Amino acid sequence: MKRRTLLKTSLAASLLASTGMLIPGRVMAAYPKTAFQNADATAALTEVFGSSDYAESGDIKIKAPEIAENGAVVPIQVTSSMSDIESISIILSNNPTPFAASFNLHGSIGFVSTRFKMAGTSDVLAIVKAGGKLHATKQEVKVTIGGCGG
Amino acid sequence: MAKKTKIRAKEKNGVVTVKSLMSHPMETGLRKNAKTGKKIPAHYIQEVTAKAGDKTVMEAYWGGAISKNPYLSFQYKGSKGDNLTISWIDNQGKSDTVTAKVK
Repeated sequence: MKRRTLLKTSLAASLLASTGMLIPGRVMAAYPKTAFQNADATAALTEVFGSSDYAESGDIKIKAPEIAENGAVVPIQVTSSMSDIESISIILSNNPTPFAASFNLHGSIGFVSTRFKMAGTSDVLAIVKAGGKLHATKQEVKVTIGGCGG
Repeated sequence: MAKKTKIRAKEKNGVVTVKSLMSHPMETGLRKNAKTGKKIPAHYIQEVTAKAGDKTVMEAYWGGAISKNPYLSFQYKGSKGDNLTISWIDNQGKSDTVTAKVK
């Protein structure tokens, strides 16, 4: 009798364990909340990608105004013809929280365009993750009136 | 939510260009109310997901640095007649989902 119960409980336990194993964690990292709150760009990058090392690349193009009159609405477009692009991230160095946005592209075309708020004149750093490596390029945007706080 | 998310999606040579406009205040949590001097609580879209049929083609993670009433454009390899669904969720748990056909 005892042996039966033992068998049952151990079976139940192993079942639980195996089902637990079967449910995989989300493969793509979930929303990196702390990275968006991090005031240090390098630390935020390390948090998201596990490394902040990137190679400068000529194959990433940032289309942004040289001078933005209104920092509340700065259109930024990032394009790249690299193959196997996993994600594009945008860092606005002078913002209170520099890590601005990240786009998982699932291997589709390297093209994103959005409007950003910028606290002041700053470098726009576009980071493209392709083939497991980080590539980046930057461009300065001069901002006449800041668009953060106030 | 006052207005719904708008989507325009057009196919050309196997590439679908998607343009969308969301209606959202996008508060950073750093801005102060001019009268009371109190901080306006953060309220911004955190995740935007775009799906063509069942396949996820784009996921965006956003912080408070995206402008008010966000505009988002991206491209993916697709075809005419795709059912494109864009959904977002903000830091206060609100969400919106809109579907459009690729033209």
